Amino acid sequence: MLKWKVGLAALAATLVCGAANAQQINVKIGVLTDMASLYADDTGLGSVAAANLAAKDFMKGHPNVKVEVVSADHQNKPDVATGIASKWFDVDHVDMITDVPTSSVALALMPVAAQKNKALIYSGPGSSDITGSKCNANTVHWTYDTWMLANGTGKAIVKNGGDTWFFITADYAFGHALERDTSAVVKANGGKVLGAVSVPINNSDFSSFLLQAQQSKAKIIGLANAGGDTINAIKQGAEFGIAAGGQKFAGLLIFAPDIKALGLKAAQGLMFTETFYWDMNDGTRAWTKRWDKERNAPGKLPSMNMAGVYSGTLAYLEAVVAVGSAKDGKAVVDKMKTMSFKDPLFGTTTVRADGRGIHPAYLFEVKKPEESKGPGDLYKLRATIPADEAFRPLKDGGCPLVKG
Amino acid sequence: MQRGTDPPAGRALTLGTRSQTIAFVVLVIALAVAPFFTYPLFLMEFMCFALFALAFNLLIGYVGLLSFGHALYFGWASYLSAYAAKSWGLSPELSILVGTATAAVLGAIAGSLAIRRQGIYFAMITLALAQMMYFVALRVKFTGGEDGIQTVPRGHLFGVVNLSNDMAMYFLVLVIFLGGFLLIHRIIHSPFGEVLKAIRENELRTISLGYKVDRYKLMAFVLSATLAGLAGATKALVVQIASLTDVYWPMSGEVVLMTLVGGLGTVFGPIVGSFVILSMQYKLAWMGQWVLVIQGVIFVACVLLFRRGLVGELAHWLRIRL
Amino acid sequence: MATIFGIPLMALFGQLLIGLINGSFYALLSLGLAVIFGMLNIINFAHGALYMLGAVTAYLLLNYAGIGYWPALIIAPIVIGVLGMVIERLLLQWLYKLDHLYGLLLTFGLALILEGVARNYLGTAGLPYSLPDSLRGGHNLGFMYLPNYRAWVIAVSLVVCFGTWFAIERTRLGANLRAATENPTLVRALGINVPRMITLTYGFGVALAAFAGVMAAPIYNVSPNMGSELIIVVFAVVVIGGMGSILGAIFSGFGLGVVEGLTKVFYPEASSTVIFVVMAVVLLVRPGGLFGRRA
Repeated sequence: MLKWKVGLAALAATLVCGAANAQQINVKIGVLTDMASLYADDTGLGSVAAANLAAKDFMKGHPNVKVEVVSADHQNKPDVATGIASKWFDVDHVDMITDVPTSSVALALMPVAAQKNKALIYSGPGSSDITGSKCNANTVHWTYDTWMLANGTGKAIVKNGGDTWFFITADYAFGHALERDTSAVVKANGGKVLGAVSVPINNSDFSSFLLQAQQSKAKIIGLANAGGDTINAIKQGAEFGIAAGGQKFAGLLIFAPDIKALGLKAAQGLMFTETFYWDMNDGTRAWTKRWDKERNAPGKLPSMNMAGVYSGTLAYLEAVVAVGSAKDGKAVVDKMKTMSFKDPLFGTTTVRADGRGIHPAYLFEVKKPEESKGPGDLYKLRATIPADEAFRPLKDGGCPLVKG
Repeated sequence: MQRGTDPPAGRALTLGTRSQTIAFVVLVIALAVAPFFTYPLFLMEFMCFALFALAFNLLIGYVGLLSFGHALYFGWASYLSAYAAKSWGLSPELSILVGTATAAVLGAIAGSLAIRRQGIYFAMITLALAQMMYFVALRVKFTGGEDGIQTVPRGHLFGVVNLSNDMAMYFLVLVIFLGGFLLIHRIIHSPFGEVLKAIRENELRTISLGYKVDRYKLMAFVLSATLAGLAGATKALVVQIASLTDVYWPMSGEVVLMTLVGGLGTVFGPIVGSFVILSMQYKLAWMGQWVLVIQGVIFVACVLLFRRGLVGELAHWLRIRL
Repeated sequence: MATIFGIPLMALFGQLLIGLINGSFYALLSLGLAVIFGMLNIINFAHGALYMLGAVTAYLLLNYAGIGYWPALIIAPIVIGVLGMVIERLLLQWLYKLDHLYGLLLTFGLALILEGVARNYLGTAGLPYSLPDSLRGGHNLGFMYLPNYRAWVIAVSLVVCFGTWFAIERTRLGANLRAATENPTLVRALGINVPRMITLTYGFGVALAAFAGVMAAPIYNVSPNMGSELIIVVFAVVVIGGMGSILGAIFSGFGLGVVEGLTKVFYPEASSTVIFVVMAVVLLVRPGGLFGRRA
């Protein structure tokens, strides 16, 4: 449905400006996301809506460019994703794939894009290896990564007095990476890690692990997990009197839709780092209104991933115009690394040599129920981390693209 | 369970009934020309899953044993094949052999435990074993956890043919698929196959006739596991990834669905079933969550209305055996 | 402080109690499954989805009708129970004469449909549902802090479990039901409306699942996926207890909760898998499960 609307809008634009001699550029973008499972509310159809908005906005200002958006559900499975991506690249003339939540999937796609010389603008996955040891020249990593989360949340909390930590970690590579990165930050800032427990993913009951966390007497319980696991841990933490016992949770990977699912009563006081919040300023509020109309489903909030799809896609399209064509993925990505992008959602973003998109990060705290003025009023801003401090230093990543 | 009678063993060499021969020829021709019209990667995946479903069907359709843990053999063969190709640098035919052998060994161990029980308990033991091996896959280093084993090289077949060329790979997969199909067909229509069907129809009577039923069941189980492993080992080279999805229980559920939709106990059913299910997943990927709802509706419809599956109903209607 | 294998004794008691609490949830869920299998010979794979619908109904009642936890405990099971009866009349009644496999496959498909539709309207992140005020807080038992709600869960579970067992094994209604399962024609000849009994029984089993869902809503994340995470564990519990046995489901539910709880202390990564190990061992040693009839 939306594909047709986008196509028609583009056609109308080109007809109106037929007199202009600008060269016609065609771009096809694929939103590969999680529509039915763990991350569906943080990405999924919301990301598709964001991409559609970006296409529409860009075509309005550039009548000689035709942008088409397609989408698919990768079900968080690496082989399904590579199958869809290969078909998109080989048969359907897709030039760029965006979003791609779930790091294992994102990592699996990178060699495919490199081999076929297409572009990847990631907003969904978290692994800092994407711009680290596994970096490649066809990938740009927008929005966030685990290093930024660990550094933003960990450092700020330790400096705030939370200097003893106990981790509840989801037992898979991503969870362990999150724990490892945050542990390092905690220790580097003078804190201590008193213990950790590894929990199978999709576990519903955390009572046993919360009990262990309580017995450790650590001031901060770090949740190195995501989605339903985080929500369950926090919800049950409220039940077991974690806050009453003087302990606090640190959510290492948590998004606005998750906070909404928890409700302010359970989530109040939670501190975490994000790069976008719908209610930050007039620009974000206006965009959210338009996103809401495009998304066309009641009661949804845009997450930072979705905002990143919008912002990253716009930036990509600007680079395509600068290069003149979308066919050479590496050329477009190289061009992105020389440009600077401004939008109302992230402010100014620049792309480094390792593919990392840099923009400011924010430390948020969840409001108490009595502080909230409405259903979407969830966060208060505690601190702003400037762009050059928020992400891992270029030399520390181990990316082969970085010289010296 | 709806099953027709099959032709006597003596006609095995003529590929069963005439209708089956015709169907087979049509299949071969279709698969030979298809890569020139359809995306070869999709067709290769389809053939791997079709072989997986055929192997599963051997157990449920002809011996009457429902295995809930077939993903175990598919997935672990896929892991070993991927690992052999990537880390040991073996050529593709050897990697596939390693994967298949792994599945055979696992099948022998699992089978010897599972066949001690019948019906739903047999199914639950296979599920339990599959879950335990899933856990092992999650924790063992070489499988790569949820990242899986990525960028598996396709290599050079026999050191000569470059399989990175999709068409070359396609014809290798086609040969493997047809070989597997013919092998299964041969098993079904041999004296061994007759005993299996006897066990399915009336196990006690078969025992009273003096057959060592347990040995036959175990043999069938190992064959089924090995062929499922062949499918998995090949798939690892086709998509160049081996991941946790291949050993997780929904994968076992998928193969049941494919066989059910196509037709339990028919020769061509699993092939049609896997084609339908896979196409649905590809074509409807943009629908996101509705794909699962549609799969659910198909399940329900098949059980209530098309119990014989697509091929079974067609065969029943035409009064032939497929 | 006294220790066992390096864990303080007091801490171990805490974990055991938690294990019992989780076990009571398993028992409640597997009860419905055992009733349905024992009486109808249907392997109800949709049980997890129906549990989820119970929790979702509680949320919808709260959000759209302002109806809180206590009324929801009664309303939700009735609503979902009725849904169950509709399902039985429309879909399941055709399968009784067939192999178990078909019931399992149909209910599996049903689960996919119910969860997919729920996901489409409710998303996957989850829906907020808080503890009822009267059950907030808890008591410090010395070796752990026991939330009041968890104590409530054990109490309710025990009552419901043994109540159901009593109704089926010791009352006339239960006797009729058991007879109808073994010899429906004869029981029909005695003037008892067997199809209606069967429909009501399925409805009851489903209502039990929905009831467990409402009990879960305040403490577990209410999301369309909540059932699929639990369903194969509950299956394992029922199989271990013996597929037709009510008492088996209850005991193995509580027992497995404890086993899982202990695993969470000594080898937490395996806590999701230990139930399957137990299941494989039990099935190999005692073919019908601990209390069950032979396959």
